[in-house]
This record gives sequence, structure tokens and C-alpha cells, in this order.
Amino acid sequence: MTEPADRSEPEPAATPGGSAVTPADAADAARLVAFGLQPKLQPARDQEYTELLRRHREDPVFARLADAVAAGLGLVVLEVSPRAGMAVTAAEDSVFAVRMGDYARRAATDSADRFLHGLAHLAVAALAFPRPEDLADDGYIGRLSVNGVDAFVRQACRRLEERAAEQGENTDPATDAPGLEAAWRIWVRRSATGATKDARRPAGSTTGIVGKAVAFLTDSGFLQRTGDDNGGTYRTTARYQLQVRDMAGSAAMAELLELGVVPVTDGTASLLPAEDTDDLELVADAGLPFHS
Amino acid sequence: MTSPASTDSVPPQLSAGPRPAPGPAADEGLARRLRALACTAPLHDLDARKANLAGEYSVYGMAEVALAAIDLVTLNMDFDTGADHEQIVARLIPRISAQAPRRPVAEHERVARWVLENLINVGSVDRGFRAVYGTFAPDGTYVRRDYDFKLVEEVPGPGGTVYLRTTDEAVNVLVGALDTDVTSAQIAAEVKLEVLINRGRLADAQLAAEQARYRTVQYSETLRRALDATRRNVRAVDWLNAVPDMIAEALDHVADRYRHENAILTNIRKARDESEDPGHKRRAAELVDIVKDCIRRHTQLQSRLLEAGPLFRAEQDRQAFATPMTTSGLDLYGHLVAPVLPLPVERAVRVTDAFFARGTGLRTPVSVRVGDLVDLLLTPPVEREHLGAEMPEPDLIATPDDSRFSDEQLAAATELLDLPADAPRRLSGLLTEARRRDPELPYLVALLAVHAASPPVGTAYRQGEEKLLFAVDDGTELDDPEFGGADLIVGTALLDAAGMAADRTEAA
Repeated sequence: MTEPADRSEPEPAATPGGSAVTPADAADAARLVAFGLQPKLQPARDQEYTELLRRHREDPVFARLADAVAAGLGLVVLEVSPRAGMAVTAAEDSVFAVRMGDYARRAATDSADRFLHGLAHLAVAALAFPRPEDLADDGYIGRLSVNGVDAFVRQACRRLEERAAEQGENTDPATDAPGLEAAWRIWVRRSATGATKDARRPAGSTTGIVGKAVAFLTDSGFLQRTGDDNGGTYRTTARYQLQVRDMAGSAAMAELLELGVVPVTDGTASLLPAEDTDDLELVADAGLPFHS
Repeated sequence: MTSPASTDSVPPQLSAGPRPAPGPAADEGLARRLRALACTAPLHDLDARKANLAGEYSVYGMAEVALAAIDLVTLNMDFDTGADHEQIVARLIPRISAQAPRRPVAEHERVARWVLENLINVGSVDRGFRAVYGTFAPDGTYVRRDYDFKLVEEVPGPGGTVYLRTTDEAVNVLVGALDTDVTSAQIAAEVKLEVLINRGRLADAQLAAEQARYRTVQYSETLRRALDATRRNVRAVDWLNAVPDMIAEALDHVADRYRHENAILTNIRKARDESEDPGHKRRAAELVDIVKDCIRRHTQLQSRLLEAGPLFRAEQDRQAFATPMTTSGLDLYGHLVAPVLPLPVERAVRVTDAFFARGTGLRTPVSVRVGDLVDLLLTPPVEREHLGAEMPEPDLIATPDDSRFSDEQLAAATELLDLPADAPRRLSGLLTEARRRDPELPYLVALLAVHAASPPVGTAYRQGEEKLLFAVDDGTELDDPEFGGADLIVGTALLDAAGMAADRTEAA
């Protein structure tokens, strides 16, 4: 279905009006972007794709042209390399962007479901790249399973539950203000799975929600399915790392800061060396169920 | 504490008048008890709602069945998985059928399923329960709160199966007050068990043994979570002291319990074998089963503990000895997941939305051309070759029949051994009779008689046989030209096929 989009691409590309850009160059640039729109396509598997990538690397004029085509279509270029291919992603409000309402029907009306779907994506990324180094290391391949993601979130929630109990806090939400309920309780409350007539995961259960997330990410070319154990096992692709590192992570961070939540304490202003200790403390507390 | 304290000259709280509620501490205790009380509500509810079921179900004690179900699930929870749904239903049926023995088994099963489904609360999307209770906030206002809890939850097992687990709420409130330190509680329970057995008080001993087993389950559950967490990030866990200490402690614990439980096992076995009272005997036999199960669980725990060291080393190689990288400065868990979870959901959803919007990639919008659509709709479906390649005809070779005895001989021997139930015979007589018919036949008869000395009772029971050939040695020597040994008494025992069938459905 990318073919019609492909045909329409040369038009925005034709406008730059550079020195020696021919319509054939514009077509090639658009062709490269079209390849980038097929995220599951491996650059090494297609000779034409490989050739266009090489041209992008070696010919700055062509590179600018391809980037302009992408920008005109409402795409953000994350990286152009032999391993990731033409890694493009949808800019905000682009026709290529994924909307929550299209993704899950219930999520459009129910804020709890909306949160669960969003958190599932966040948790998949967090488990795929557990340490900051993993997110930075281009050669790192993360591995995860559906049940593992659910267990991981539940573990973090359990820790919060214990901490609240230690402080004698009553976390039960007020009946007339469900929006003030602590977010972790929503996940804990939802059942992990359930018996159904056709032996599939119930879509509303947390493993069902995580399963939907990883299936969707697999379609986006971000994950590859490697097995059926633990509800399905997956490994990450270079594109996913780029997407999380350069797009999603920073966007979510910005939103969090806007809410007035600053995850790093003042004493550890420089992120790089303090990263480990900060990480160590948080994960240690959240990950270990026994009291130390 | 309750006022924002803008000026420090005001004497604290003295002029505030009578408080609308007792102190927050008292209220907290009340809230805790209200929550504990709420956990029992689903059980009472079962008895209240049984009248609404189509049919006459008031004879069944639903709360009793529900408590039994929770006990069964707790006891059958394994290290990795939980209890099997069907198994729990099957084990509940004997109790239910005892409540109403004249009703059909199908109805008993229906009751079991109804109770179990209501404990899971299948109808709701959360599959849980909610109770509303009120507390006084620190500023004296009355707040209604929702308490959400589950009793039995469904968890994913290996191979996509679904298992049942009891929640902490169910264990704490409904199985017993177990909200204590696991290790010490376990030691206490076992000391108590040993004392009780020594004094021969088996009824109390059984109770203590069951409590010990609940604790064993809880203990392994705690450890399972701990090991799972260490797999995630080596540096998140203190591998210098805390975890090795924990593992050593747990291994000691397993070794200790193992010794302990084996001693108990020997004791109970003795009690079982020496006891005259059939009630004591039965109870001791049950105890043996419980303690055996404890030992099995400890062994399982031990093997997990031994895997922990190699797992750490492998993870360390992978995580710690890699060349240091420049980090991206973003720690997904520490910077995003951990801070988002405690936020109120209406604020947290903004962060997850932002992540979702930019973390899901792109979708190429589907555009359809009418021309394509018409073509597509008019194309006849492609015939698919779903049968696969043709199977080659297998080339079979007839094997020669090299059996020692022919079918006729077997028929003759069976006929000879088809004895009336009230008239067993000596082997010597049977052999003589067999020899008159066929010189080979005595060998077959002797063989069948020897086999009958240890009759396959289990098989006969499972297959619902009506009679069974047996042979007993009463010490008489066999006087025969061809065979030596004991002159067995061979007879037929009649089996209660109908009774066995009923037993089988119960045990299944």
C-alpha cells in the first residue's frame, strides 16, 4: 500500500530547485524515503535499497534532497545507515502518525485503558534497554518477553505498594475522584490474564495489553519475534533503539518535566557519572521484593 | 501536623475544639480491619446469591466450598506456575458431593465452577472486587475510598496456559494471619509440629503441618521474585554482600528444613505404622503426604538457588565487563517508569501518551483505488493446495509369528483359569488338568499363575474389570515333575466395578 504514496512524493521534492537536481534524482530520493516507509525491509536484502543508502552517504546533495522529501511528507529522519536503513518516523500530526484511538478503541474513552496501553509501550522500552548504556550502545540488542514485561511492571508497582504501606499511607482512591488514583494501582488492579473460550489472552488483561504493544511494535519493524515462551519473546532492532532514544524518551521526559516532576535529584546535576548511582538506587528499590 | 502552620505563635491544636474523629492512627486500624472484613464479603455474597441460581442450590454451603477452593489453590501453587483450574474443580467435587450426595455429579461440578468463577470474579474487566469504605482525612473531612482486591487471580503459565494463584489478601485473611516474618514463622511451626507428633496429638499436628506448608509456599514465592529481579540488572543488586548472604541463608534454610522434615517424616511413619486407631493411622498418612510435599518444594527451591551463581556470572560478563560507553543520558526506568508510576493517573497519562505518540513508529495510511477494489472483488479466490504432497504407500513386511504359545493354547489356559469366585484351586491340580489337554499348556498356566501372585490391581481398577485372577502362597510345596516352588492357591476375586467407577470420577 505504499505505492500510491510513492508516486506522490516527487512533487514536494521538486521544489528545492537546487543547482543540478534532475527529476530522476528526486525520484531516487523519494524511492529511498519509500524504502524507509517499509520498516520491516532489511537494507541488506534489497540491492536497490543498499545502493540508494550508499548514495545518500556519499552524495551530500542527494542526502539533502532525500531529507527534504521526508520532511515534506511529515517524516523525521532518525538515521540513515546500512544497519537501520532509512530510519524515518512520523512527525506529530503527520498522516503517518499512530493515534491512540485507532490503536485501541477502549482507550479513546477510558483513561485507565489509555494509560495502560501507554505504560505498556513505556515498559517494553524500559525492559528492552534496562541500562542507560544499553540505549546508547548501537550494537546492543534487547530481549524481552510479554510475561516478563508484565512481571517487571508488577514488581515496580509492588515496591511502591510496600513503600506506601511502610509510610502508613492509604492509597485507596477517593470514590468521587478516580483520576487521582495512583497510576501504579491501575496496573495492579487489572488481571494479568484470564481463561477464555478460545485460549487467547483476554484483550483487557495486562498481558493482553503488552501483547498488543509488542505485536504492534513488531509491525513497525521495531521488534522481531524470536519464540513463543513466556507469552512470546522478542528482540529489538536498531530502529527501535533510535526511536526510543531520539524521539519517545525525550518527548516523555519533556512532558514529565512539564508536570513538575524532576527525576534527578539536585546533588547529581551532571547526568553522566551520576547515572549509575541514580539508576542503582531506583532499580534496586523497585526490583527487589525482599527487605534489605 | 494537620495545620499548615503559617504562624508559630499560635499554640498548636489546643483551641481547635473536639476533633471530629479519633486520631488518624485509630482510624488507620479501623481502615485495615474494614479491608480485612471486605475480603470475606465475596464469600458471604456467594451464600446470599445462591438463591438466584436456576435450580435448588440452597443445600450447598457456598462459603465453605469457596474457602476449600482457596485452600486448594494455595496448596497447589508451584514455584513457577499456579494451580490448574480443572484440577481444583475436580478436587472440590468430593466436598460438594458430600454436601448433597443425591444430586447428580454434573450439578456438583457446576457448583464448583460457579464458586471458582465467582472467586476470580470473571464478569469484571479487572477480575477483582471493590469495596467502599470511609475514613477521616487528617484535616477531619470524611473521605470515601475504593478498596480493590482479588482473592484468586489468573496468571500466565508456560505454553500459554492459565493458572490460578491466591493473592496475598486471600492468604492473609482467609488462610490465616500469615503477615509475619516467613523464616521465623516457619521454624516456629515446625518446632510445634515436632512436639505435637512426639506427644501423639496428630489432629493438632496436621494443622501445624498444613500451616508449615503454607509458609513453605510463601517462602519459595518470595525467593522466586528475588531471583527474577537479579536477572534484570546485575548492578541493581548488591552481589557483594546482600544476595550471596541471602542465597547462603536460603540454602542453609533448605538444608535445615530438609533434615528437619525427614526427621518428622520418620516419626510420622512410625506413628502411622504403630498406631492402632484407624483415625490416627489415616491422619498420620495424610501428614506423610503433606511433609513429602514440603520436601519436594524445598528440593525445587534448592535447585533454583544453585542456579543463581552461574546466572550472576553470565550476566556480569554481559553487563559489567563490556567497554564503558558514553551513555545517552536517559535511563528509561529511573527517569521515566519509576517517576510515572506514583503520579495520579490523570497526570501520568500525559507522559505515557507522549511516549506512545512518538514511540510507536509510523503507519502508512491505507488508500484504496476504486479500480483496484473492483478487480480485487471480482477475482475468484485462488484454490489452495492445502493437502500437501501425496504420502508414499508404506512397504510392509510380514513378520513371522514366533510366539511361544498359540491363540488356542491361550484360550484353553484362560478357560482353565476361569474359576468360580467361591472355589479357588491348587496350582498342582490345574497343572495336571492342563497336561491332559496339551503337553505345552502347563507352562502357560504356570506363567499366568505366577503373574497372578502379584495381580495388576491398579490396572483392573482403572479399566473397571469385574474380576481379577489372584494367587496366594500358603507355604505348601509344589509336587510336580516339571515345576518346582510353592503350590499356589489360584482363585478369582470379584471386584466392585460400579463402586470403583464412582471412586474414579471422584478422584479424577
